[in-house]
Amino acid sequence: MFRWFHKLASTKNFYRLAEILTPLLAVACAILLAVGLYRGLFVAPTDYEQGESYRIIYVHVPAAWMSLFIYMVMAFCSLLFLVWKMKLADIVAQVSAPLGASFTFLALATGSLWGKPMWGTWWEWDARLTSELILLFIYIGYMALRSSIDNKSTAARAAAILALVGVVNIPIIHYSVEWWNTLHQPASIAKIGTPSIHISMLIPLLLMALGFKVYYLVVMLTKTRNVILEREANSAWVRERVKENRL
Amino acid sequence: MGGAFITLLKRDLTLAMRRRSDWLNPLVFFVIVVTLFPIGIGPDGSLLSEIAPGVIWVAALLATLLGLDGLFRDDFDDGSIEQLLLSPQPLSVLVLAKVLTHWLVAGLPLVLLSPLLALLLQLKLQAIPALLASLVLGTLTLSLIGAIGAALTVGLRRGGVLLPLLVLPLFIPVLIFGSSCVAAAAGGFAIGAQLSLLGGLFFLALALAPLAVAASLRISAES
Amino acid sequence: MTEALLQAKDICVSRGELTLIENKSFTISAGMLFQLQGDNGSGKTTLLRAMCSLIPLDKGEISWRGKLLPAAREDYFAEMCFAGHADGLKGDLTAIENLQCTLTDHTATRAECEYALEETGFTGRSDLACKVLSAGQRRRVVLARVLLSKAVLWILDEPLTALDAHGRALVGGLIEQHVSAGGSVVYSTHQALEISSHPVQTLALTS
Repeated sequence: MFRWFHKLASTKNFYRLAEILTPLLAVACAILLAVGLYRGLFVAPTDYEQGESYRIIYVHVPAAWMSLFIYMVMAFCSLLFLVWKMKLADIVAQVSAPLGASFTFLALATGSLWGKPMWGTWWEWDARLTSELILLFIYIGYMALRSSIDNKSTAARAAAILALVGVVNIPIIHYSVEWWNTLHQPASIAKIGTPSIHISMLIPLLLMALGFKVYYLVVMLTKTRNVILEREANSAWVRERVKENRL
Repeated sequence: MGGAFITLLKRDLTLAMRRRSDWLNPLVFFVIVVTLFPIGIGPDGSLLSEIAPGVIWVAALLATLLGLDGLFRDDFDDGSIEQLLLSPQPLSVLVLAKVLTHWLVAGLPLVLLSPLLALLLQLKLQAIPALLASLVLGTLTLSLIGAIGAALTVGLRRGGVLLPLLVLPLFIPVLIFGSSCVAAAAGGFAIGAQLSLLGGLFFLALALAPLAVAASLRISAES
Repeated sequence: MTEALLQAKDICVSRGELTLIENKSFTISAGMLFQLQGDNGSGKTTLLRAMCSLIPLDKGEISWRGKLLPAAREDYFAEMCFAGHADGLKGDLTAIENLQCTLTDHTATRAECEYALEETGFTGRSDLACKVLSAGQRRRVVLARVLLSKAVLWILDEPLTALDAHGRALVGGLIEQHVSAGGSVVYSTHQALEISSHPVQTLALTS
């Protein structure tokens, strides 16, 4: 187990593995998103309360899930990097941050679009949207810290500490915002996300969620490969690949 | 261990007393920010007393932030951070002394001044004990969390701009429970829940923040 | 056989993208004088800071009395003293106040501080804030701090900077005394430090 892990942790092996996996995953991603969108937008029944506008959940909800999921990946990688000095983990954390921020932004934008027909305003201080907004700030802070430290290894470790501080705070922020929201929110306003959802609506949602995850993997692996090449531009195996013109 | 803690606390307090602007400026900032609200919103007493808890808390949060950038910067510039890092005492304990100094210099005066601002904003008198209690617990927590950001950015030339970006999102739970504590007291409700939540946040920050600050300082000092 | 204090094995240290120290090994034992030589930018300060565990190693290991750093950091720091480029003096405090706020278990008394200042040839007024002192005087305060630390190992980065001829001779004398008493000194310098009584080990760094 450990040897397998150790082998994967080598950037060279990871590069090769990612090279093989990326096209396969890209195909899987395209199929999942196509089927998910088709079933979500055309096959799933119309909601009797919200009409057609509810269909935005097929983007909004998976994006919101991804925003948290990617932060967890970043925090886990930061821990791997700080404790076991695994450089690959740092690269994954580095390339994941802008992706996570993008998904967070997507969740915010679609949430706001959904808010217009539902609440009549573009922005409602709903607990989930507010948490999502704060999460976006945390992502931005992480990227800002990383980019403002010149020394790469210092930047990596400072960012890793910040990611871990963030992961301790995210649940606290989440619950405090929820608490704040129930305190101020009149009960009449409906909340995003219904607890009971019909199976014909749920299946496309799960397909989309899986599609988003695979999409993240594809982009993350591709970007990780780029960063590996950049960081190891002077190593023998990269030079050899450049000579043979296969990157 | 206690010796180094006291030495550092005494040194930093002496330094703060010799440079009054360090602690006086955030205090004046606090007062000015609070006065800006009635001017910006209008002198409607009932509206002011309603927003007073939030306004005082936001102003306190920003004023705390103001002093944070300097928390390690002077030590960093004159090289005494190296003496701190090379001390045989546990760094997290020394860090705690620095955070405590920051609170005594920047947080405590804020707490003491807050009743005056509460009067300016026509906050109900019955909310003042809650204001004091929540500010004591809250500003201590803010100093602890803020120190992490200060330690991470101390090696950067323009760290002062980055610092608010890093720590303000982390301040939000404290703001929520703090202002809600004051608002509840003004409305005549119980504040036990808010105070215990603030207390919980404080103890969590007390346990974890010094470790994060110590690790961040060692990283920042590399460059 | 003298006891090995600080041992470095095949260490590599880099600054940013640049590897400054490559596969260096050395041992510093009790009573040893160890000088780093090299031009500007050859990595003298980087190596000294790495020896203080302030900079992580890319490769290799450093141990103190046989125990690996930085794990044995607290034992090590109790017996070493570092004086770097930045002097670490608080400008708003007087020389004595600065000497009394060292972060060790033992706080020096006023008399001890005055004695140490005298040893280093400090002629300024000890009740003046350090920010008004000249660079040479501040250097002497730093040396007084090193003396007061009672450390076994002194790590001095350019100890002669800003000192006049008299000051340089004084520093040489203090280092000699420390080494004679069984202590060790690691230092980097451009100027020649005249020490006749003890052999000096040198490590040359090239950029």
